Amino acid sequence: MMAVNIYVPADSLSIALGADDVAKRIAEKITKKAKQCSSSNFNITRNGTRGLFWLETLVEVEIDGCRVAYGPVRPADVDDSFVEALCSGSDHRLSVGLTEEIPELKCQQRLSFARLGLNDPLDITAYQDCGGFAGLRQAIQYSPQEIVDEVQSSGLRGRGGAAFPTAIKWQTVLDCQADQKYIVCNADEGDSGTFADRLMMEADPFCLIEGMIIAGLAVGADQGFIYLRSEYPRAADQLLSAIAIAIEKNFLGKNILGSGRDFKLQLRIGAEAYICGEETSLLRSLEGKRGMVSAKPPIPAISGLMGQPTIVNNVITLASIPIILAKGGAFYANYGQGRSKGTLAFQLAGNVKRGGLYEFAFGMSLRELLTIAGGCKNGKLHAVQVGGPLGAYLPESLWDTPLDYEAFMAIEAGVGHGGIVLFNDEVDLAQQARFAMEFCAAESCGKCTPCRIGSTRGVEVIDRIIASDSAQENKQQIELLDDLCETMELGSLCAMGGMTVIPVRSALKHFGEDFKVGAK
Amino acid sequence: MNDPIKSRLLELAANFKDELGGVMPLLHQVQKQFGYIPESCAVTVAPLFRLSTAEVEGVISFYHQFKREPQGKHRIQICRAEACQANGCRELEAFSKEYLQLEYGQTSADGLLSLDSVYCLGLCSHGPAVRVDDDLFVEVGAEKLQSIVEGLNDGR
Ligand SMILES: Cc1cc2nc3c(=O)[nH]c(=O)nc-3n(C[C@H](O)[C@H](O)[C@H](O)COP(=O)(O)O)c2cc1C
Ligand code: SF4
Ligand code: FES
Repeated sequence: MMAVNIYVPADSLSIALGADDVAKRIAEKITKKAKQCSSSNFNITRNGTRGLFWLETLVEVEIDGCRVAYGPVRPADVDDSFVEALCSGSDHRLSVGLTEEIPELKCQQRLSFARLGLNDPLDITAYQDCGGFAGLRQAIQYSPQEIVDEVQSSGLRGRGGAAFPTAIKWQTVLDCQADQKYIVCNADEGDSGTFADRLMMEADPFCLIEGMIIAGLAVGADQGFIYLRSEYPRAADQLLSAIAIAIEKNFLGKNILGSGRDFKLQLRIGAEAYICGEETSLLRSLEGKRGMVSAKPPIPAISGLMGQPTIVNNVITLASIPIILAKGGAFYANYGQGRSKGTLAFQLAGNVKRGGLYEFAFGMSLRELLTIAGGCKNGKLHAVQVGGPLGAYLPESLWDTPLDYEAFMAIEAGVGHGGIVLFNDEVDLAQQARFAMEFCAAESCGKCTPCRIGSTRGVEVIDRIIASDSAQENKQQIELLDDLCETMELGSLCAMGGMTVIPVRSALKHFGEDFKVGAK
Repeated sequence: MNDPIKSRLLELAANFKDELGGVMPLLHQVQKQFGYIPESCAVTVAPLFRLSTAEVEGVISFYHQFKREPQGKHRIQICRAEACQANGCRELEAFSKEYLQLEYGQTSADGLLSLDSVYCLGLCSHGPAVRVDDDLFVEVGAEKLQSIVEGLNDGR
């Protein structure tokens, strides 16, 4: 009798929704049943997650080589009839059919997240069976310059928010003469509404590790650090395990796969400071200092960690490298449009019916994506914030904007790290603007007055706008807010102060009624 | 030199003093083992890292996670970031403060609970999200918060 293969996700979200209990109950029920009819044995694999969060816990079973899915499964749903249906892949009220045919998954273009949820994330054999380490093996055959050229031809731009061309950064580090260079992964993922980095680290950690090793080969760095926010304890556990396994299998350490090249990788944990996602702040924090932002130049590529040439890249940027090396830069560049090449892992969050990870080529409209995700789970969709806490609030009139870097710049917004937060019509955009200022005040590194003090003034001015009881006072205070935004924009060293004005201005511009604009 | 806190700090610091940027992982360890960063920490460990006391004090004060006072046995953190706001975390914040009779940053008189905020736990499609120590909770309304807290009370 063949074993039945069952999959129960084990990422932070599914665990918070009860996945551990679901797995336990399934095991208990099947064991009991197997005793009665002395039939099949079974395996329960804790896979990562498919990223289809509205279906979590999404339980799958493999039938004739195809995965059949059920969801959302709560522990209380796991009764005899459920387990019976599950073991044979037959119909049940929680059936969602073949996993690969789930419309919201089928329409995606998963490149960086190609393996998401297929296997146990720490099964390094399964990782390789699904294309893992093909990019590294290719990179070992290449010269450093050939690796950078491949990245260049992919058109990849940084996924951490600033969209800087990755190959230019790598070329700079490659061209530097230095005894020691470093690869630093920015895993600080502080933006509200984003979880792509978390998913990569929890559900496909070898992919990130592979990308970092390739980066090391490309620029001649034999040491890497992952700077992970402390808000992600499970990602830390997964990464530590994955690093240990990779060392054991000689993907990390000395003379990797007989290449004559070394790469040592360490995990470091942040301590609850949003600003440490900014690359110079992050580097100071890695050095054991206060996370104060420093002026550029010098750029980290020339003088980064301990003053040495350093690549700082986002998790998803680095995790996109393996497929680019394995399939070629041209393959990757074939996706996307204009100067926005490849795919972006959009994250649908907030008041959303079908929240989760949606990887698509750049270029589809925001509206299309919102439609696939089903709009709000309760109430009517009213405002959408794209690109994290420093991103714009967009009204319906702008939802036809294509999701690419340049198109979003043109509407004074940004795609950022791909977080998209949905709000229904109960949202008060003046309160959201106030929060943006409050957040800046709480998280500013304190170096620039406009950011540190201006944000606190911003909260006060918005409070006065909200409280204003004459059109004249309202107008005066809004002018004050405009001036303040300009001061913050021009007088801030980094985007913390400089871009806090984006959510504030967009809220004011597009949702003026919440600021009593034009009220008598 | 037989102050037990000091000797424990020195013992911990010895593990990190040769590491690049070892102060951060050290402070994490100190916070974990003591539940907070004792007052004598900076002056005790600074020389091992060839830093001044003020420099180490500066590091401790920069990060929200490092606490100067003893903390509760459990730490409850409520996500107050935008995606959770879209799902009603403002109400949950108000309720939690009222229910626990604590403001953010405060610890209950019996030493069981500390209340804090957090900006995003990466569970943004299922807010309001709450972290209790290393356990995560989603779709937390008033009732669920109460039952979480009752669970902590029972397990004290
Ligand atoms: C306030 C602020 C916060 C940031 N937070 C993050 C973050 O959490 N993760 C990230 O990858 N980049 C973040 N960045 C961008 C980094 O400074 C940097 O551009 C990025 O790590 C470069 O990697 P990439 O080119 O791969 O995107 C932040 C920038 C600023 C100004
Ligand atoms: S803008 Fe704000 S966060 Fe950025 S360097 Fe200035 S004070 Fe620090
Ligand atoms: S905004 Fe609350 S978990 Fe992300």
